[in-house]
Amino acid sequence: MNEDENEMDEEPKQIKITPIKHGTVIDHIRKAQAMKVLRILGLREDDIDSIVSIAMNVDSSLGKKDIVKVEDMELIEEDLDKISLVAPEATVNIIRDYKVIDKHRVQLPEMVKGIVRCKNKNCISNQNEPVISEFKVIGEYPVTLKCEYCEREMKGEEISENVI
Amino acid sequence: MNKELKNDHVVTIKDFTVDELEIIFDLAEDLVPVAEGKKKNDDLYGKLAATLFYEPSTRTRLSFEGAMKRMGGRCIGFAKPGTSSAKKGETLADTIRVASGYSDLIVLRHHREGAARLASKFSDVPVINAGDGAGHHPTQTLLDLFTIKEEKGDISGNHIGIAGDLKYGRTVHSLTHALSMYDTELTFISPPSLKMPEEILKGLTEDGISYQEVENIDEALDDLDVLYMTRIQRERFPSSKDYEEVARSYHLEKKMLDDSDTRSDMIILHPLPRVDEISADVDPTPNAKYFRQAANGIPVRMALLKLLMEC
Repeated sequence: MNEDENEMDEEPKQIKITPIKHGTVIDHIRKAQAMKVLRILGLREDDIDSIVSIAMNVDSSLGKKDIVKVEDMELIEEDLDKISLVAPEATVNIIRDYKVIDKHRVQLPEMVKGIVRCKNKNCISNQNEPVISEFKVIGEYPVTLKCEYCEREMKGEEISENVI
Repeated sequence: MNKELKNDHVVTIKDFTVDELEIIFDLAEDLVPVAEGKKKNDDLYGKLAATLFYEPSTRTRLSFEGAMKRMGGRCIGFAKPGTSSAKKGETLADTIRVASGYSDLIVLRHHREGAARLASKFSDVPVINAGDGAGHHPTQTLLDLFTIKEEKGDISGNHIGIAGDLKYGRTVHSLTHALSMYDTELTFISPPSLKMPEEILKGLTEDGISYQEVENIDEALDDLDVLYMTRIQRERFPSSKDYEEVARSYHLEKKMLDDSDTRSDMIILHPLPRVDEISADVDPTPNAKYFRQAANGIPVRMALLKLLMEC
């Protein structure tokens, strides 16, 4: 038996993603949407001190999923609901001392402001005007948004492609 | 002051209820002699409208300015963006803030969809959308409806055919929405590639409005009270040959009216400008009402200006 084979037989020393003591776990995120979830939650900013772990393409009973864990930070429900645009099936677990003290599914808000840009390039909200994008949520399955300015509708992939 | 319209601004035709539309049409009817210069009126004396036209327009701008002046009001503004501070990079929001400080009402035409909605958020005076890109043009729909009412006595009870580019045409989308508020039967006449969008048809079904879709004008002519023609735009087709084939089948001429069992009182409308859709030999027929429709732009806009400025 050579040295390489010895190494292969050893138990792996790294764990893919560790349990967290305090913080927020966002589970059941649609495959490949984790980075967009971070973007919507503003967790890619330089001024975030929390440890953020991401697991992508994790096997689950319903197929592949992504998971995001944010340590020492209990994200507020209003912010978390915004991720329903790209991850409508996501569940949020608030963790304290390794225990889940609250678990709920994200809810679609009635209005979505400043998170997604309108797909219509000729929409006034995409120009250099002092306004943020604004959409009314008009459908849940699939998630459908209607621009408050040009009234164009966006759904599914179009929304995810236009996250600001 | 008696405020008869619930909204301060007119951005889409959806901003009106049927009752409000009737208020506008009743007032417009009273104002027809003023619009024709047969009667004097100074209800808008001392009022100033800012007409901000970022896109060229003949009928819409002239009819708004004509409507103001026929009622003793005045206009300020520009007819192309080259003469405004937009050329210096000023935002629309800032231009609107400034214009709302100078005037009692703003009429806005802009090449960007949603421009009028944005303007309504920054203006202290009423804003009328005079066309926002491929978006809405509510005053065109008002004068379309007014013409149907004037010619047919009522809007409800009519079978209305809408022909041409039903996929991209903003005029036909607004008109269809407005007609769905009345008891009408609709026939959509278009080539397969330019059919009415599914979401609009779905809305009609939900509202209990019956409609048919056909490909040729000939198929529909016999049974219509109103034929609303629109222009098919060349740029919607991959080649000139494709365009010409379709455009030929959406060409209305007098012979087609003579050879069909068209009702003698069927009226033909068109938002203008027309290109080849309606042959000049249709113009002298009693069915042709498109120039009357264009003239109705004045009394309808007069009524709207008066109601919005609460005079």
